[in-house]
Amino acid sequence: MVVALFGEGDVFLDFFYLLRAQGVPVSVREWLTWLECIERGLVAADLGRAYSVGRAVMVKHERHLDIYDLCFAHYFGGADAPEGLHDALEEWLSSPLPLPELSPEDFERLEKLDLDRLRELFEERLKEQTERHDGGSRWIGTGGTSPFGHGGRHPSGIRVGGRGRGRSAIQIAGERRFRAYRADRVLDTRQLGAALRRLRRLGRGERADELDLEETIRRTAQQAGELEVVLKPPRENTLKLILLMDVGGSMDDHARLVEQLFSAAHQASHFKVFKPLYFHNCVYDCVYEEAAMRTSVSLESLHRTLDSQTRLLIIGDACMSPYELFSVGGMINYHEHNSRTGAEWLYTLRTFFPHNVWLNPLPERFWSHPTIEAIGGIFPMRELTLEGLSEAVKLLSQTVPDTQRH
Amino acid sequence: MFEHFSGTESYIASAELREAVNVALALERPLLIKGEPGTGKTLLATAVSEALGRPLHTWHVKSTSKARDGLYVYDAVQRLHDSRFDDTSVSDIRAYIRFGGLGQALRSEEPSVALIDEIDKADLEFPNDLLHELDAMSFKVDETGDVYSAKHRPLVIITSNNEKELPDAFLRRCIFHFISFPSPELMAEIVQVHHPDVERILVEEAIARFYWLRDLPELRKPPATSELVDWISALVRGGIPAENLTDRVPYLGALIKKERDLLATQRAMKSTKSRRR
Repeated sequence: MVVALFGEGDVFLDFFYLLRAQGVPVSVREWLTWLECIERGLVAADLGRAYSVGRAVMVKHERHLDIYDLCFAHYFGGADAPEGLHDALEEWLSSPLPLPELSPEDFERLEKLDLDRLRELFEERLKEQTERHDGGSRWIGTGGTSPFGHGGRHPSGIRVGGRGRGRSAIQIAGERRFRAYRADRVLDTRQLGAALRRLRRLGRGERADELDLEETIRRTAQQAGELEVVLKPPRENTLKLILLMDVGGSMDDHARLVEQLFSAAHQASHFKVFKPLYFHNCVYDCVYEEAAMRTSVSLESLHRTLDSQTRLLIIGDACMSPYELFSVGGMINYHEHNSRTGAEWLYTLRTFFPHNVWLNPLPERFWSHPTIEAIGGIFPMRELTLEGLSEAVKLLSQTVPDTQRH
Repeated sequence: MFEHFSGTESYIASAELREAVNVALALERPLLIKGEPGTGKTLLATAVSEALGRPLHTWHVKSTSKARDGLYVYDAVQRLHDSRFDDTSVSDIRAYIRFGGLGQALRSEEPSVALIDEIDKADLEFPNDLLHELDAMSFKVDETGDVYSAKHRPLVIITSNNEKELPDAFLRRCIFHFISFPSPELMAEIVQVHHPDVERILVEEAIARFYWLRDLPELRKPPATSELVDWISALVRGGIPAENLTDRVPYLGALIKKERDLLATQRAMKSTKSRRR
């Protein structure tokens, strides 16, 4: 019965690997549980139930529901009914960002294909295509030279689905009901706050003013009921955090996002020291205490007042003219002059605070810009999304001896 | 073949939610429920216990809760107090063991339902401390050495509001269901349960208005099911006729709880009105 419904047994294995490849962290145990459900007849010969039971046992976070839907639609439903694709396509086409990897020649070639024609072609191909496709020059998929899909070499390659390696366009199918919960779409302040809350280093404080109940009971019992009160210092977060935010012009598009992260960090209020600071486009010898950039703080004084265990979280698009980063005197502010290049100052900042991450509000697919690449080589860079922030928090939580980190 | 949950008269469960409950019942695994506030996560446990005729044991997790609290608490202070000021015998430690919600469910003589409510309120490591108990469905009282093993594995329902991420090891053991926000059709059914006697036209208009509000992108906290139910009560008591809902939202305070959102709603209403003209 089951085989009749799903085909040969190894289909399950493929489905398992597909889920894992797409970023749903299904464990072997969970997958076996699903098989167990099928074996015990919980699923019956009903694809709808196979879907919901599989989802209940294998997907454990709402952020993965959308990916599960796509994988399921792809594997068991074939490749038809890609309604969500229109959105993805619209989103891509209406994106205000230039494609940084395009050379003038590429633009010329791109102009030969106008957008409506491209869209038409895209849908046409999609109808013809029945399975996942990688490589080649015609089908929608990954790694080819067709204009559709992503990871390929076609200059204007329509990248459908937004992120990550290995997502093929055909999987952007199905109903997409859980789209809003994806981790690669930025969510609200509370969820950012939840991610930040994991950023902590617990240590005992100095003042013993918390009742140690266990110890009190133990000592009192030892003394046959003669009460002895034992106090201990409370556990507290000893982590210090600098939040360094770019308020340059190109960041205006991301103002809401940055504001959300700022308020999330501010509300978290569990850091021993939380220092929000600002800069414009690139960091030079000093940063500023407020977004209006009135009071400057030199990097030297930051280095003096905050120890090297302080975590540094930088938020910026890292997009600037190359001379702002690489040239002496390239500072965007005409009234000032920098005698060291921006890149040198960034290296200095990195040595001062070896625990650092750069969060970029631009999606990773736009990172092949010269200054983004250069800065990505100085600081570990992550996307400013819930997922990126979680990774950043993990990186910042590591205790790496200063000398080992470059 | 096995017990089957299909919702109750007062609790409308979507097909997928019923499926998740039944899988959890059949596999005897804990069921983790997440979803927006006001989508009936906590109520699910009550509904399941009613539908299956099983007793419900509840454990509300607080930020200070420790994993052991749900199993049992040893009241050492009471015992100490009794030993000094009371003439009762304190030699029986068992008299000072108080069982928590999960502990009661595990000791239960009959199949039961245990609710661990808002597990994300407690410390990050909290769920990991329960792994063994949830796997083996047994626990030991250290003070007495007594081991309690469940005669019938209870259905453990766990709710989370996403305040903290739950550890992977814990998640792997659970059946998961995310209650998505009800569709207007399901919402009509839910409202019907709460307000069986209200005019249909009023309910329809109210639901239309409610979804219009929820779709406003400016809202920080969109209204949820429980707010809609309260709002309809207010409309009925205030004697508001259905046609008044087409261009106004009376008793807006029942739906919108933030000042910022109130302003945003008023702006949105003004702009739709001017467009109509």
